Amino acid sequence: MYRYIINRVLLVFPTLLGAATLVFVLMRLIPGDICLVRLGSGGESFTTAALASCHAEIGIDRPWIVQYLSYIWGLARFDFGISMWSGKPVVTEIATRFPISLEVAVMATVIAVAIAIPLGTISALKQNSWIDLLVRTFSIAGLATPAFWLGIVSILLVLDITQAISGVPWMPPIDYVPLWRDPIRNLSIVMLPAITIGYRYCAVSMRMTRSAMLEVLREDYIRTARAKGLINRLIINRHALKNALLPVVTVIGIEFAFLIGGLVVTEQVFNLNGIGRLMVLSVQNQDYTLTQALVMLVVTIAVVSTLVVDLLYAWLDPRIRLA
Amino acid sequence: MAVLEPTPTGLAALADEGSLAPRGVFGVSLAFLRRQPVGALGIFLVLLFGLAGVFANWIAPYNPTANDFAAMTEAPSWAHWLGTDQLGRDLLSRILFGARTAFVVGMTSAFVGGVSGLVLGVGSAYFGGYVDLWLQRLLDIVMSFPLIIMALAVVSIFGTGVQNVIIAITIPLIPRCSRVVRSSALAIREVPYVDAARALGYGHMRIILRHMVPNVMGPFLVIITAFVGQAILTEAALSYLGLGVQEPVPAWGLMLQGGAEEYATTAPWIAIFPGLAIMLTVFGINLFGDSLRDVLDPKLRDR
Amino acid sequence: MALARAGAAALGAILLAAAPAVAAETPKHGGTLTYLIPADAPPTLDAHRETTYATIHATAPYYSVLIRVNPDNPSSTTDFVCDLCTQMPQPTDGGKTYTFKIRDGVKFTNGDALSAADVADSWNAIIFPPKGVLSPRSSNFEMVDRVETPDPNTVVFHLKFATQAFLPALADPYGYIYDKKILDKDPHWYEKNVMGSGPFKMTDYEVGQSITGVRNPDYYHKGQPYLDKIVGIFAPKQATRVDAIRSGRGQIEFRGLPPASRDELKKDLGDKIAVQESDWNCGSVVTINHAKKPFDDVRVRRALTLAIDRWGGAPALSKIADVRTVGSIIFPASPLAPSKQELQEVAGFWPDINKSREEAKRLLKEAGAENLSFELLNRDVDQPYKYVAIWLVDQWSKIGVHVTQKVMPSGPWIATERAGNFTVVLQANCHSVVNPLIDVQPYLSSSVSKQNYGNYEDPKEQSLYDAALHETDPAKQKQDMFQFAKYVMDTEAHKLMILWWYRIVPYRAEVKGWKISPSHYINQDLSNIWLDK
Repeated sequence: MYRYIINRVLLVFPTLLGAATLVFVLMRLIPGDICLVRLGSGGESFTTAALASCHAEIGIDRPWIVQYLSYIWGLARFDFGISMWSGKPVVTEIATRFPISLEVAVMATVIAVAIAIPLGTISALKQNSWIDLLVRTFSIAGLATPAFWLGIVSILLVLDITQAISGVPWMPPIDYVPLWRDPIRNLSIVMLPAITIGYRYCAVSMRMTRSAMLEVLREDYIRTARAKGLINRLIINRHALKNALLPVVTVIGIEFAFLIGGLVVTEQVFNLNGIGRLMVLSVQNQDYTLTQALVMLVVTIAVVSTLVVDLLYAWLDPRIRLA
Repeated sequence: MAVLEPTPTGLAALADEGSLAPRGVFGVSLAFLRRQPVGALGIFLVLLFGLAGVFANWIAPYNPTANDFAAMTEAPSWAHWLGTDQLGRDLLSRILFGARTAFVVGMTSAFVGGVSGLVLGVGSAYFGGYVDLWLQRLLDIVMSFPLIIMALAVVSIFGTGVQNVIIAITIPLIPRCSRVVRSSALAIREVPYVDAARALGYGHMRIILRHMVPNVMGPFLVIITAFVGQAILTEAALSYLGLGVQEPVPAWGLMLQGGAEEYATTAPWIAIFPGLAIMLTVFGINLFGDSLRDVLDPKLRDR
Repeated sequence: MALARAGAAALGAILLAAAPAVAAETPKHGGTLTYLIPADAPPTLDAHRETTYATIHATAPYYSVLIRVNPDNPSSTTDFVCDLCTQMPQPTDGGKTYTFKIRDGVKFTNGDALSAADVADSWNAIIFPPKGVLSPRSSNFEMVDRVETPDPNTVVFHLKFATQAFLPALADPYGYIYDKKILDKDPHWYEKNVMGSGPFKMTDYEVGQSITGVRNPDYYHKGQPYLDKIVGIFAPKQATRVDAIRSGRGQIEFRGLPPASRDELKKDLGDKIAVQESDWNCGSVVTINHAKKPFDDVRVRRALTLAIDRWGGAPALSKIADVRTVGSIIFPASPLAPSKQELQEVAGFWPDINKSREEAKRLLKEAGAENLSFELLNRDVDQPYKYVAIWLVDQWSKIGVHVTQKVMPSGPWIATERAGNFTVVLQANCHSVVNPLIDVQPYLSSSVSKQNYGNYEDPKEQSLYDAALHETDPAKQKQDMFQFAKYVMDTEAHKLMILWWYRIVPYRAEVKGWKISPSHYINQDLSNIWLDK
């Protein structure tokens, strides 16, 4: 088992190095650079001297290999550098925006799981009943709806409905306050985006719960328990649910790591100052250091989650655990 | 953006079941329709939009790219069944031609991504060792790389347009397919007859094509079906961010981009109909995919 | 000069009439203004370094400038007033010396007194930037020889030659006055910090979120500012801004919204919304790369401009995009702009579009470029780039030219332009203070104008421009400018002037005191805004 763990953990590093290299190269292949964006998007003219001094200031006039080595060396020391756009440390830029993305992601998970597990279980228990059909339709629709469209439509519905009821259209506040400073305002900002992302998340988890429960319910030991005359509810709570939960938790965990993708579009729709929007911005601005750091953040989260899942499964598989 | 539900146990279990018994395509289809009414609905939706896309030239009442400044943002009427957008273009025609774009993008991405994933997954599983190790690392990198940055970079380097959108969508699909195929293929690889075949001197290709590939067909088909829906959704999201297909090519995601939000209260049909089109198509694909999986996975079949 | 003044006054009167009647009301004190900034956080807060309006909208309320466009008459091209100076000077020494007296008793919000030294230092940083400090507008001040302070209350600008272009350049909205003591210690301090002598004092800046300020009790324009507090919220997404104004989360946005948003807000809120509109000192321009065949042939270029039905297309486009006015390369509301009759002589502006397109087809045939097809490079921005491009593609198809679009995000778009990797590109020629003599510089030969990516040299054009630039008689200058414009647009068709942009600002009706102008960079210090609540 230990050998497996060590091997598995060691494999993380080439992946991280590969991702770091990929983003480094990809960003530099894009025509132009941050200085052009900065000086040129105003439409006014600028001299070559201004451009050159900008390049020198930021350091992108150095040869690629030098930039690459200093970047990798920085990563090794957990020094993520300075954002080329604003001159502030990358860590500060990310830290200011991380809380809101995290909050939306956590809220989405809470909503999704709170709905998915009960509904998925019921759906499995009453397979092919009208409840099952309803739940399945609801979840397949969730997988089919584009998240941004849902976001747009939901903002509009809220505006229209509040205007129809009270005459004054209501929209969530657009300036963010942290949860501890003003919980009601904070929740009103986060609620709609969380539901928008949460819907899809819920759909996936619901389907997973349903199929995992179905599988477990067919197991022999459940049939035995039934034959023995145990009450259904007891069977479910004590045996079925526990065993079904493992793949469900796995899916929830992995999906959470990939939630970042959904955040990008949702933050655009709801004007949230989060990590997703920062990602789009940093690539548009061609801010190499910031993009590189963001990519490494996302990749690390993804890689670590898959690592944890793999280790969990390995531990559960006696062939590996006892090796 | 989105991840399929992996159902590792379900799909891996598929591998044990062996290939589908040969019954002829027609026989299989008919049996499928009878037993899976929900899947039939799915197929119906998919065919509806698919054929609309194929025959758009003949069915569409107007040229989808013709600006008509005399008829800007008109509500649905007999002249324009679904209304017009802000440039006076007929929405129905744009949705019909948009179906073509959606399916071209969706199916190309799914096919290319799926087949690449199949090749890499089976190859990785079969050859094992260092091939497997490094191939999987490469695919891990691609899979964990944020899609949005990849797409932004591809578009910034190569420009927008249908081909580049397809590239941007296909890339993340490959490792996902490969992962699933690989885990199914690994199960087969352990089976003794592969070793026996090698001992008998059969070539790699023959073993792979004859034994491994047919046995991963089940999960492969399910995943590739799901990919089509995913690709359509991803294209919509990329177009919304301005990274997808460009004007004046009709595409559902593009139709939801600038105009939709701007005209949402004064001309809501501009936003509603393309969104519905996407929803119904992907809904149909998912229904079909679900039924396909139910058919291929005997454990989940109804008793 | 008199003609120009009269024209400006007339222009001002017309635009004021379009704005809600404000003259009779007395401003109320107090209240918080929440405004929306249509951009993401600017790279730095230092206006000397940046070129984006995001910096201006975010920080202008906190700073003073030396002179500025009159905030009560912001559409004027000649009405400049003092902010920090006491009186607008008359140039001496043959027009080469401008002497400004600085007000007494002005303080920075950190307590330091403001003197001529601060003014001179700030302007030296802009005109003669030290090594390692970026100043993108330094080339606008090539006429300045040196800046001096003979005493603590006087700043003197010595020019190399007399020119009308100096005062408009000096009224640059980016010309913030910084504290000399801070600049001396750290020339980069103002990139991340805000501290000035303006109507407001900054209290809070949350990157990418909002910037907040409270009124500066020591402000030297007595009685102002009227507001107690201002909050600027960064909202790059248009739909968010419109929804915010609709629901009252924000009261005004200072750049401009498309016609559809204005219609939507009017429909929903009726009287609660006021709208101000104005011509914008920005125009959509098509630049042709003369280095690519067959575009080195003037007949092909003229054909392209003749195909476009500007008079016919503008009304429809103005309903969906931020464009409206058909005009020459000179700002249409400027006294130097040609009349409609004169304009209709120019290719592309003929009253009969069919005749125009026949001529275009004939030219193409003559040049042997009948089945011409090319790629139009465009910027990935909706308003109005994308709409104008779709329309142009349609227009060119009417003479048998097949055009496809290549759309790129801003950074790569700029890079591709500069590298010359394009055939035809849709650009915008945007400026802040209306100054047609300077604003038309992008049309000059590529060796002269660094902004001209069209790859052409034209000495005749240069001589026409120089004649207009140095002409002192206003009537003659107007004629010279028209000759120049006609040469650029018709005779050589170096660049195609498409349509001028139009600024539409819908806002909540309780916001008073703000007047629209042709530039979204000027009049942003919010000192004259009050809330009628």
